[in-house]
Amino acid sequence: MTCHNYKDLMMGYLDNELTDEQKKQFEEHLSGCPECAGELEEFRKLKAITDEVTLVEPEDRIWQDYWNSVYNRIERSVGWIVFSVAAILLTIYGGFKLIEDIIKDATVGMLLKVGLLALIAGLAILFVSVLRERLHFWQKDRYKDVRR
Amino acid sequence: MTSVCQEEITAMRRCRRGSPEAFEVFVNRYMKNAYFIALGLVGNREDAMDLSQEAFIRAYRNIKHLKPDRKFFPWFYQILKNLCISHLRKRRYRQTSSLDAENCPEPAATTDCFSPEVVAERNELKDKVWQAIGKLDNKHREVIILRHFQNMSYEQIAEALYCNKGTITSRLYYARKRLEELLGTGKGGCINDMP
Repeated sequence: MTCHNYKDLMMGYLDNELTDEQKKQFEEHLSGCPECAGELEEFRKLKAITDEVTLVEPEDRIWQDYWNSVYNRIERSVGWIVFSVAAILLTIYGGFKLIEDIIKDATVGMLLKVGLLALIAGLAILFVSVLRERLHFWQKDRYKDVRR
Repeated sequence: MTSVCQEEITAMRRCRRGSPEAFEVFVNRYMKNAYFIALGLVGNREDAMDLSQEAFIRAYRNIKHLKPDRKFFPWFYQILKNLCISHLRKRRYRQTSSLDAENCPEPAATTDCFSPEVVAERNELKDKVWQAIGKLDNKHREVIILRHFQNMSYEQIAEALYCNKGTITSRLYYARKRLEELLGTGKGGCINDMP
């Protein structure tokens, strides 16, 4: 094994993660390799410096309110979903009724009726097209099962 | 940290049935880990608090996708990490855009938000270490955070990152090498002389 192969053992040695056997193997290497011994010493200094850094703990009341905050956000997000679904349904229903009334209204000119129907047909085509494209890409996406 | 206890199994069953109250078990158990990991990844207290809470909300919404035999924390960690990385990306984009608007040729560092004010019992050396950690790549920073600030074992880190222990030791090696470079703790480095 070259010194490069010992880098994993060096990290394990530094962090006390080695088995007794691995520890012995690494110490044997260290005794005959001043380069690795020097590198280990540098890492020890770095670890000592890094271990000294601790982060400011937020106040107790932040932790006491933490769950409430998460719960309220969960509840609110459910509220938004219900609200959005209801708004979409009502808009579709209202739109449908409005169009129905316009089509049935004899006083409305034929040109407006045809224009309105064309507008709806155009929107429907666009919607189906985008939906089909998305579905097609999703089925062909080789990375869809990759954990992100 | 990652052992699946009966309390978690029961809570997970209740969450799957749509009880948000049952999710409190997970939040209370992992909120501090979540906050400090997010703080280590994004470097800013307010963002860390918001992202950690958002990660719990997303975890609750998607808990049905977590297989019953899988542990909660490694799965949750992936959600939190992805949120933090996405946040950093947006922050970098915003900084670059605002600089472009001012015709500034130098893009801002993503780690500008690694303010040393989050460090406890501050001194010059600790401030430098924290800012150097902020300059590491995401994959190197996360192993340093999990090892040094969360005191996680290699096995726990490997489990959280869905990789093997060899990858963790290798990343730690290169992360520490990079930290040495940034801090000048290597041979002849000036920080060696500091108390």
